[in-house]
Amino acid sequence: MNIHEYQAKQILAKYGVAVPKGKIAFTPAEAEEAAREFIAEKGVCVVKAQIHAGGRGKAGGVKLAKSKEEAAKIAEELLGKVLVTHQTGPAGKEVKKVYVEEGCQIARELYLGLVVDRSTQKVVIMASTEGGVEIEEVAEKTPEKILKELVDPAVGLIPFQGRKLAFGLGIDRALAGKAVKFMAGLYNAFVASDCSMAEINPLVITKDGDIIALDAKMSFDDNALFRHKDIEGMRDLDEEDPKEVAASRFNLNYVSLDGNIGCMVNGAGLAMATMDMIKLSGGSPANFLDVGGGANKDQVTAAFKLITSDPNVKGVLVNIFGGIMRCDIIAEGIMAAAKDVGLKVPLVVRLQGTNVEQGRKLLAGSGLNIITAENMDEAAEKAVAAAKAS
Amino acid sequence: MSILVNKDTKVICQGITGEQGTFHTRQMVAYGTKMAGGVTPGKGGTQVDGIPVFDTVDEAVRKTGADASVIYVPAAFAADAVMEAVDAGIGLVVCITEGIPVLDMVKVRRFMQGKPSRLVGPNCPGVITPGECKIGIMPGHIHRAGSVGVVSRSGTLTYEAVDQLTRLGLGQSTCVGIGGDPVNGTDFIDVLELFEKDPGTNAIVMIGEIGGTAEEEAAEFIRKNVRKPVVGYIAGATAPKGKRMGHAGAIISGGKGTAEEKFEAMHKAGIRITRSTAEIGRTMLEVLQKV
Repeated sequence: MNIHEYQAKQILAKYGVAVPKGKIAFTPAEAEEAAREFIAEKGVCVVKAQIHAGGRGKAGGVKLAKSKEEAAKIAEELLGKVLVTHQTGPAGKEVKKVYVEEGCQIARELYLGLVVDRSTQKVVIMASTEGGVEIEEVAEKTPEKILKELVDPAVGLIPFQGRKLAFGLGIDRALAGKAVKFMAGLYNAFVASDCSMAEINPLVITKDGDIIALDAKMSFDDNALFRHKDIEGMRDLDEEDPKEVAASRFNLNYVSLDGNIGCMVNGAGLAMATMDMIKLSGGSPANFLDVGGGANKDQVTAAFKLITSDPNVKGVLVNIFGGIMRCDIIAEGIMAAAKDVGLKVPLVVRLQGTNVEQGRKLLAGSGLNIITAENMDEAAEKAVAAAKAS
Repeated sequence: MSILVNKDTKVICQGITGEQGTFHTRQMVAYGTKMAGGVTPGKGGTQVDGIPVFDTVDEAVRKTGADASVIYVPAAFAADAVMEAVDAGIGLVVCITEGIPVLDMVKVRRFMQGKPSRLVGPNCPGVITPGECKIGIMPGHIHRAGSVGVVSRSGTLTYEAVDQLTRLGLGQSTCVGIGGDPVNGTDFIDVLELFEKDPGTNAIVMIGEIGGTAEEEAAEFIRKNVRKPVVGYIAGATAPKGKRMGHAGAIISGGKGTAEEKFEAMHKAGIRITRSTAEIGRTMLEVLQKV
């Protein structure tokens, strides 16, 4: 799960990570009010569009204001505007709120990020002098500029590790203590809130000698949200694909894609493989959908409705290898959904495994116009052909 | 011959009194697995189909002599269950549970350092040596005893591959699902090493998916250390970047972990790759006919 910059900064502040003062605004008037104090103190403030995507600065979503009136004007321009960044895709994302923040005098911009490193199975803290630049770009072009420290989960981030990073970044000796405190706070926030990623880019050293998080990005392990109700409450459904939101209500794993063949599969690996088979057969999948190992009839019905609600879908492929999942349950779910919403596009069904005969018998007797297939390649070819014809 | 489990493996089930635990214990017994006991804290002294239930893994091991454990404990408590099994000295811990927080697994892996237990999973279908022992949730009837070793990050995709092999008359020595989570116990290399040493395995199917670099590392290991023929497949060639495809570990992040990179690494390592799921069995048949 992702959150907005202003929410990430709220969390970080709780763990002693230095962040600029800021206020969230939903209207130009609120932005003006928020700017008043910051302008009075520093003569400048920053108005930042809040969307779940990086690259906002380059896309014109972050602007300086030298008066509260200017802040209101920027907010007016940004609110309701669709921002297109390299992370939003061509459709972009509509700005529904802006974050007004106090300005600061930047001396240096650095990078600091934490992720779980899969190979070493530990949290790794990464630092780089290339602040403000995409870390992937740095990793690609100048990997030697990324400093790394692996954290032993039994001990936590040790101060010497923080010092190694701070001195490695060339931070003034006088500021090393502040840098170590900053990193410790960030690590503690990461672990205590079950982050999957936390990124401070840029981490700024100000001319006044402060070390602050100018931007902050955090995402969280969905599997751990059960123990973080406060963080779960920060979920912004406006930022998510409505079909993916609907799927999550039924505990279905669904990802929207831009093709025209809807897929319903049990198991994540098989679901990906089914998408790949559609592509190999000359078609394009409209979605990834894993109904899970032990889905019930209601979930299958919901999944089927979800797939067919996509106007791009010109055909549906159901591919089930019944292990725990019984093929007769799948058949019942499809029939219930078809009865509810009708079947307007061709449907190809491939069933294998547990109770396959009962499942096939149910579908054959349902009166629905179903194209059946024995194997995955046959199923994909039939689905592609049917979608082209419809 | 086989790896990890055989007809003598004595298994306990952690979470045996839960719905999943009871259902799959029955399935495992029906397959012929030696289920020696179960563990549910607070339900010690009871029985499930005549199988004794204990309060702790420690007691279950002492009283049954079990050398393997299968875990169906809910995600919030699963890390605790794995560490309890490791602490009790269980040799093989198979964790089926899906949805364990990643940082819990980071702790588990740290806890396991220097201890002799092997963990398979979590979020996996388990381990089966056809005709001898099934530990997990895979449908037993699609398997057949033979000499192809199967190792995979996926569940149902593995069943698909196994079914193809069986229909072509290619039985399996052992099938190992290592699971779809980013931090897990046993990785591809561990299993490949065991298959290479196992006289009962003469070829290997390796099924990977997008995310991470485990397949690349495994390919490098195969190039250097595996003489037996390997057929490789990667799921997720059409998966978009930055989207989690069901499995917690199946995500292309920062442009890394694509199917193409993995196919490429496998191909370079001399692995016979197939880009069609439907061809996994036939590709293995071809490879074996050439040998």
